[in-house]
Amino acid sequence: MSGPAYWMLLVVLSVFLGAGLMAANYMEHEGHWITGMTNQIVWGMPHVFAIFLIVAASGALNVASLGSVFNIDQYKPLARISGLLAIALLIGGLVVLVLDLGRPDRLIVAMTTYNFKSIFAWNIFLYTGFTLIAAVYLWMLFEPRMGGFSKQVGWFAFVWRFVLTTGTGSIFGFLVARDAYDAAIMAPLFVAMSLALGTAVFLLVTLSIYNLTGRVEDWEWTKKLRRLNGIFVAVVLYFVAVHHLANLYVAQHIEVERFILLEGGAITLIFWVGQVLVGSILPMVIFFSSRFDALHWTLVGVTLVIVGGICQLYVTVIGGQAFPLDLFPGMHESSQFFDGAVEQYVPSLPELILGIGGIALALMIVVVAMRVLPFLPDLSHRSGVKP
Amino acid sequence: MKQAPTNAVPDKKRRSFFTQAAAGIALLTLAPGVRLVDLALGKKDETAVTGTVRWGMLIDTTKCAEGCVACVEACDTEHGLTGFNRPKTDAQWIRKLELEDEQTGKAHSLPMLCQHCANPPCVDVCPTGASFVRKDGIVLVDKHICIGCRYCMMACPYKARSFIHEELSEQKPHAPRGKGTVESCTFCVHRVDRDHTPACVEACSEAGHQAMIFGDLNDNNSTLTKVLGELASKQVREDLGLNTGVRYHGI
Repeated sequence: MSGPAYWMLLVVLSVFLGAGLMAANYMEHEGHWITGMTNQIVWGMPHVFAIFLIVAASGALNVASLGSVFNIDQYKPLARISGLLAIALLIGGLVVLVLDLGRPDRLIVAMTTYNFKSIFAWNIFLYTGFTLIAAVYLWMLFEPRMGGFSKQVGWFAFVWRFVLTTGTGSIFGFLVARDAYDAAIMAPLFVAMSLALGTAVFLLVTLSIYNLTGRVEDWEWTKKLRRLNGIFVAVVLYFVAVHHLANLYVAQHIEVERFILLEGGAITLIFWVGQVLVGSILPMVIFFSSRFDALHWTLVGVTLVIVGGICQLYVTVIGGQAFPLDLFPGMHESSQFFDGAVEQYVPSLPELILGIGGIALALMIVVVAMRVLPFLPDLSHRSGVKP
Repeated sequence: MKQAPTNAVPDKKRRSFFTQAAAGIALLTLAPGVRLVDLALGKKDETAVTGTVRWGMLIDTTKCAEGCVACVEACDTEHGLTGFNRPKTDAQWIRKLELEDEQTGKAHSLPMLCQHCANPPCVDVCPTGASFVRKDGIVLVDKHICIGCRYCMMACPYKARSFIHEELSEQKPHAPRGKGTVESCTFCVHRVDRDHTPACVEACSEAGHQAMIFGDLNDNNSTLTKVLGELASKQVREDLGLNTGVRYHGI
């Protein structure tokens, strides 16, 4: 893409990014009371977006792994854009996370003062390490003299991204006090989510770029990838089913399951319609059926996976907090501090704009980087891509 | 030209003026420093916080009156928790919980506050170490390194922590608080360090209920341990194995 269209895209992304920064400034200046977050729902939409971006970041590296780790030649030319997307999405997510802190000005404290028992502290290392490894990986891919090392670095990045999403899932898995979390399955569930969401974002972005630049006539290379995305979505759904079934078996967790699956109002609706139907079943139908074997259907499918992923994170983050803590099982609890009551969370505009600003930042990094270096190969005259 | 004798007196005066001025400046310069060192050293070694003491509390719910909020009001006054009439985002360090047994309908009323766990989840998850346990068992937040991530609030089983959602003013010197950080009951550490009991305990006593007893769990001769030896007590969410400093009787 070049000329006015490129600059127009940059302007649009800048507007969203600028709005996101202004929203963050507003939230920090006024304090979090102007958001939908409270002393019960302490993590809101910024966390939904941030976790989405971080989880998708590690998954965006899938295609590079297919080339470097699994040695599938077809995907090797796509490794560069895969690595770039991984870095860009991670930076977008981290910026949202940092700007939502109560004291973002203390970032330097977060980077220098650690409690190593905290999974959150581990994640700071996992995220910065991932960015660094992905950057080195890109260097190996761009520099012919270093090309021989790309496989080893690719392997290292592959292992690191598994550890990273294990860490992200464990942020919830290690919360012993909350019935909706406190499960080791959160770690593999998040790994699976990263595979599904990362592949979907990769397909959406690369196909959109090829589409906008008019550089491709053959979409053969997407066929295996969309099928793979379908498998990843199925794996996520499997882990979700096992998580809920296990919870239903434990008497202590039945109430929270009743809330999420049946009586949670908007949460229940978002779970069944957004996460399960729109985000899982429909994409699987699209990805596995030859009837929908077309570019535009692939785009619809990956978009649905992304929407489903955001819904899943909303149900996980918001739903898990909205359900009250049960301090005295068998007792009806009430207080001036809303004990025993389901919290009604209404996302505020600044939170949403901040989250969208993070997406805009990620895309902007991709768009600018592609202008500077050849991240995406011209596949227009190939039916099967070779390195 | 012998004028020296006439200059001798002013010279002496000048010298004496400089000497006194120098002494004054030295005093002004050093005194705050000495005072700061004094403050920084805090308690003397023999009276410093140690693990030989573990502060704890027993709440006798059979004596806690439904509708009485003396402890809550005392805490608010003690720490300047004025609020903004926004109950969902205003800070609460202690709250009255009304319970009703779903089977029998038996009602209980009790104060809920930071349970000052020996193994606090809030401390485990805090990325910077801002949440910490003092040697004497009091769980606190270091306001200088709290980044406001709220992970501790996610981790606390007792909903005992509050995030400061807006700008505060006129904070009390002994209760440093600020927008964007997390806070919770300090067991009135500023009072405890001066051998006083927490404000809530004092208020409960003044209201005539005597439902809260504060003391050293490690001291076999303290009123707290003696009463704990006589009354059956339990920890809230005992299943989590957190070894709470606050115990309840009557539920």
